[in-house]
Amino acid sequence: MAEAVDLKAIGTRPIRPDGIDKVTGRAAFGADLNLPGMLYGKVLRSPHAHARIKSVDLSCALEADGVLAAISGADLPNESPSDLAKNVLARDKVLYHGHAVAAVAAKTLAQADAAIDLIDVEYEVLPPVLSIDEAIADGATLVNESQHTNGDTSKPASNVAATTMFERGDVDAGFAEADVIVESEHRVPTAHQGYIEPHACTATANEDGKSTVWCCTQGHFEVRSLTAQVLGEPVGNIKVIPSEIGGGFGGKTIIYLEPLAVKMSQISGRPVKMMMSREEVFRATGPTSATWCKVKVGAKNDGTITAATAWLAYEAGAFPGAPVGPGCMSVLAPYDLANFRIEGNDILVNKPKVCAYRAPGAPQSMHAMECAIDELARKLEMDPIDLRMKNAAGEGTQAPYGPTFPPVGLKECLEAARKHPNWTSPVPEGAGRGLAVGFWFNIGMQSSAEVRIAEDGMVTVMEGNPDIGGSRAGMALMAAETLGVPYEQIKAHVGDTEATGFCNVTGGSRTTFATGMAVIQACEDIIAQCKQRAALTWDLDEDQVDWVDGEAVPKPGVNADVKPLSLGDIARGAGRTGGPLLGRASLNAQGAGASFSVNLMDAKVDKETGKVDVLSFTAIQDAGRAIHPSYVEGQMQGGAAQGIGWALNEEYIYDAEGVMENAGFLDYRVPVASDLPMIDTEIIEVPNPSHPYGVRGVGETPIVAPLAAASNAVRDQLGFRIDDLPLSPPRVLEAIDAQG
Amino acid sequence: MGAYAYLAPSNVSEALAALQREADAGNRTQMLAGGTDVLVQMRSVDRGERTFVDVKHVEEANHLDIGDDEIFIGAAIASAILFENEELKGILPGLLESSDLIGSTQIQGRATIGGNLCNSSPAGDTIPALIACGAICVIASPGGNREVAVEDFVTGVGTNVLSATEFLIGFRVPRPQGKSSSAYLRFIPRTEMDIAVAGAGVALTLDDSGTCTAAKVSIGAVAPTALVVPDAAAALVGSKVDDAALAAAADACSVAASPITDKRGTVEYRRKVVGVLCKRAAGIARDRAAAL
Amino acid sequence: MSKVHVSTSINGDAVEFLCEPHQSLLEVLREDLNMTGTKEGCATGDCGACSVLVNGRLVCSCLMLGVEAEGVELTTIEGIAGEGGLHVLQQKFLEHAALQCGICTPGFIVAAKALLDKNPDPDETTIRYWLAGNLCRCTGYDKIVRAVQDAAQELAYEA
Repeated sequence: MAEAVDLKAIGTRPIRPDGIDKVTGRAAFGADLNLPGMLYGKVLRSPHAHARIKSVDLSCALEADGVLAAISGADLPNESPSDLAKNVLARDKVLYHGHAVAAVAAKTLAQADAAIDLIDVEYEVLPPVLSIDEAIADGATLVNESQHTNGDTSKPASNVAATTMFERGDVDAGFAEADVIVESEHRVPTAHQGYIEPHACTATANEDGKSTVWCCTQGHFEVRSLTAQVLGEPVGNIKVIPSEIGGGFGGKTIIYLEPLAVKMSQISGRPVKMMMSREEVFRATGPTSATWCKVKVGAKNDGTITAATAWLAYEAGAFPGAPVGPGCMSVLAPYDLANFRIEGNDILVNKPKVCAYRAPGAPQSMHAMECAIDELARKLEMDPIDLRMKNAAGEGTQAPYGPTFPPVGLKECLEAARKHPNWTSPVPEGAGRGLAVGFWFNIGMQSSAEVRIAEDGMVTVMEGNPDIGGSRAGMALMAAETLGVPYEQIKAHVGDTEATGFCNVTGGSRTTFATGMAVIQACEDIIAQCKQRAALTWDLDEDQVDWVDGEAVPKPGVNADVKPLSLGDIARGAGRTGGPLLGRASLNAQGAGASFSVNLMDAKVDKETGKVDVLSFTAIQDAGRAIHPSYVEGQMQGGAAQGIGWALNEEYIYDAEGVMENAGFLDYRVPVASDLPMIDTEIIEVPNPSHPYGVRGVGETPIVAPLAAASNAVRDQLGFRIDDLPLSPPRVLEAIDAQG
Repeated sequence: MGAYAYLAPSNVSEALAALQREADAGNRTQMLAGGTDVLVQMRSVDRGERTFVDVKHVEEANHLDIGDDEIFIGAAIASAILFENEELKGILPGLLESSDLIGSTQIQGRATIGGNLCNSSPAGDTIPALIACGAICVIASPGGNREVAVEDFVTGVGTNVLSATEFLIGFRVPRPQGKSSSAYLRFIPRTEMDIAVAGAGVALTLDDSGTCTAAKVSIGAVAPTALVVPDAAAALVGSKVDDAALAAAADACSVAASPITDKRGTVEYRRKVVGVLCKRAAGIARDRAAAL
Repeated sequence: MSKVHVSTSINGDAVEFLCEPHQSLLEVLREDLNMTGTKEGCATGDCGACSVLVNGRLVCSCLMLGVEAEGVELTTIEGIAGEGGLHVLQQKFLEHAALQCGICTPGFIVAAKALLDKNPDPDETTIRYWLAGNLCRCTGYDKIVRAVQDAAQELAYEA
C-alpha cells in the first residue's frame, strides 16, 4: 500500500475528461441515438396488480398505421423462463400494475402509442397482495403458487420467498444482563432511485443474427448476458454499447427494454428505439423495498451493549430478491457485540420487482437500529457519540456477517463528529439535532483494463465501467499517479463489450476500488514493459532500470551515460524494441474495505403544519483515500439528499387495487434545490490495506445514515419519537396532535 | 392520437370565429394559454384529438391596465411577466404571490392566471386569491362579452361556465383603496413544485385605528371548488385582526372545508392546515395594509 | 394528420421544420432536429431537464408545442457556448464538479443562464428557488449552487 508515498495526482481536483461534452449537450445518453429508418417501440402494461393472462391478441395492432412489429410473451423463448424474463414480458400472469404484457414498434412515436391501445388482452383479475402484513397473514393470496420458503417444498407454498439468520452468543443472557432495554418497530416506504434519465435503448439486429444494443446502463456486460438469456441466444450474438448514463443508483443494473427492442428489430429489419416515460419508470422499474423492522437492544448503565436483535421483513415485489441480506449484514455492523440475532425475510407482493438502490437494504434496517440506539442513549442519559464509541466496531472486530474487520474508520468518523462545529454549536432555537451512523460493506468483483500508449506518449485507459459520476477522472488520476505522468496526458475511455475486457456492473461502490486496481495493474504492466524497452535501448539488464516520475532511468549506481527515456521516447522507438506498448490487467478484486459514516442533521418542525425543514446537514465518511475529493464529496452530498428525501417525503402511494397513485415527479417528491441547505462534508481517510492507494468505495454509504439522522433530529425537537417514515407533514402533524 | 390542429388568432373576433367554425365542423376545440396543464393532460388523462386555439396571440388577452378604480389583467399574460410588474405587486400582492406559486421558474414563463382558472382544478392557487380580491371574469362570447364573478366561474372539478364557443379574455379587479391589502398562502410538502394541499387567500381593509372594516376569505384544495368563507371574514371585520380574531377565522375555515383524503393529504390534515393558512395569510394581509 | 410548417430561430440560426400540431417542442428538437442536448426527464414539466429559452425566457420545452415556436427565438444548450469557448457557467460547473451523471446539466446551465441574465447577483436562496424546477438526483445541489455563485462573481468581475 502506497500510504507513505508522496502522492502527486491523487487527491487533486482536475476537470473530468468527459466534462465538456456534458456541459455542452454533446454527450450522448440512452435516448440520444437516432438511426436512419428507426422505429419507435412502446410497451403495453398491465392495468391490474395481479391477474391471469387468458389471451393476448396483437392482430389489430399489427394492422395499424406504421406498425412493423408487435410481440407478446409468446414470442420469447418459453421453456422455464427466468424471473427476469417474466419481468421483461409477462407470461401466464401479470404480477403488478405496469407489468409489461406486449410491445409494438412503429414508424412514429404517435403511431406506436396508438397501436398499443389496439392490443386486446383478456385478463382474469386476481386479488392483489399489497403489503408485508397481507403477504404473511394466514391464508394469504399467493403471488406465486409454486414459491416455497427457501425452496423447501415439504412446506406449503408461501409469499415468504426466503429467510436468513445471523446469530452469535446468547441473546437471552445478554438481555438479562442489561440495565436498560429499548424495543421498537419501524416501517420505511418504497422509494425509487429517481435517476433523471428514463431507461432507453436502440437496438439494431443484423441479417447475420448479430445485434447491437445502445443503452444507458450501469453494466453493459450484464446487459449482454441478460439480453442473451431472455432471448435464448448466445452471448456472442449481442454487442452492447453503453451510452452516457443519466443516473442509476442501482436501478440500471438489470434490463427491461433491451430484449424487446432486439426482438422487434429482428422482426422488422429496422433499428428500434425504446424510451420509457417517467410514469413507466415509476410503475415498472425496480424501486427498493418497503420494509418492516423490529429491533431490540439492551445495555448496561455504563453503555456496554449486551444484546441486540433485529427482525427484518422486506418487500421483494413480484419476484424474490429483496435486499434483505445486505439489510441483515448492515443492521448491527457498527457495533462490536457478543450477543445478537438478526432474522431477514424476503416477501413477495404484487408490486414491481425491486432493484438495487444505493446501499441496497441498509438504509431501512439501519434506520430502525440507529433510532433504537438514539433512544438507548437517551435512557442511559449518555452522549450519543460516547455510547457509539463505547461499542464501536474497529480493526479486529468480527462483523455480524462473519469476517473480521481490517482497519475501518468508524471511530475516526465519530471523533470527527464530536469535534465538528455542527455538533459543538448550540442547537438552533426551537429545532432538534440528530446523529446517526451509516455503513456499507462494499464489493470487489471482476474488472479488466487496458492501457495503450500512443506514439507521442499519450495514454489511453480503456475499461468497461460506465461513468456514472466522474469515474473516468478517477481512473485517469490513478493512472497518472502510477505512471508518474501528468493527468492531462491520460485519456480514460469506457469501452463497449467488444472493445474492452469484461467488467462487472458499476455498482456496490466497486468501480474506483476494483476497476481502479485493474487500471493501476495495467499501468504497472506498462512500466515493466518500459523498463524492459529502456534496458534493451541502453544495453542494460532490466533490473538495472528504474521508473521515476514517468521516465526510465538507470538505477542508482548503474554506470550508464544515458538520458532518461519518457513514455513518449519509448513509444516513438517502440518499433525497434518490440512493438506498441499495451498494458493490461484483469482481476477478481478482493478486500473491498467497508466504509462507515456519521451524519448530523439539524431540523425544525413547523408544529402547526407538520413540515420538517432541514437547517443543516453534515456528512462525515471514511473514503480510505479520496482519489478526486470533489467527486467523493459529491457522492456524500448526493447520497445525503436522497436519504433526506426518503426520510421526509418520498414514498410509493398505492390505492386499494395496487395502482401507484403518485407515478411522477409531481407527487413522488424528491428534494428540490430550495428544500436543502448546503451539505457539509468531511472526508476521513483510513486507508484500505487491500488497495494500492487505500481506496474504499464511497458511493453507497452516504444514503444510509440520513434516515435515522432525520428521525433523531425530529425526536430531539418534539420530545417523542415518530417510528415510521416518511416524516411527511400529515404523519408528523397527526403525531403531534396525538400527543395533545 | 388523431387529427390535431393549431390556430393562433390575433384578436377576440378572430378567436370567436375560429371557435364557432370548429364547433360547426364538429371539431373539439381547446383554448391554449401557457399550456402547462393542457399538454400534461393531453399526454395522460385526455389524449383525444382537438383543435388548439392559442390565446397568447389574442391582443385583448394581453392587455394589462392599472386604473385608479380598476385593474384589467389579460388572461394570456404569463405569471413571470406579471410578477415582474412591481406596481401591480404592490397593489395586488395576494394575487401575484398566488400566481408566482404555480410551478417552477420554467412554468412561470408560460403559465397564466387565466389558464389556472380555466383548468378549474380544486387546487388552483390563483382561484382563492382571485376570489379574495373580488375579481370578475370577462368572457368573450358569440353574443358579446359577458361577465361572471370568479367565485361563480368554476362549477366543479375541472368544469366551468365556459361554452365551447367562448373563452376567457381577462379579469376586472377592483383596485384596493385606502389601507387595503391581501395575501395568499398554500401548504405544500416541499418548498416548491407541488400542488397545493390547502390554500387560503385573504383580502382586507383597515381603518386608521387598525380595525378591520372589510374582509374576504377564500380557501382552496379543501372542496371540489374554491370556497368563499363569510364566517372567516366576519371574524376579522370589526377586530384589530388580533390573535383571537385570527383564531376565529381559522376555525371558520376549518369548519367550512369539506376536503377529501388523497395522495396529497388527509381530510383531518387539510381541515386543520387550511385554518392555519387562513390565520397566517390574514396576519400578512393585516401587516401589509397597516404599512400602507 | 397534416403537418404544420414552422419558421423559427434556434441559437441564432434560421430553422424551418414540419411538425404535427400535438408534438412538443422537446420532441421536435430531439427526434426531428436531432438536437439531443436538451433532455427529457419527465415530459410533465416537473424536472427541468428540457429547459430552453424562448425569446430569452426560461421554459420547459416539453410543455410547449412545436408549432408555438413559430417566429420566436430559441436558445438551447447547444447555443450556450459562444465563439470564445465555454460560457462561464459551463466552466464553473466543470471546476466545481457540479455534475455527476450529467443528464440534468444542460437544463441547469440553461436555467442558471436565464437567472444570471436577469439577476447578476443572486443570493443562495434566490438561486435555490430559481433552480427548484430543475431536479438533480446526483449532487444534492450543493456544488451546483456554488458553481452558479462563482459564475455570477466571475461575470461581475468581467463586467
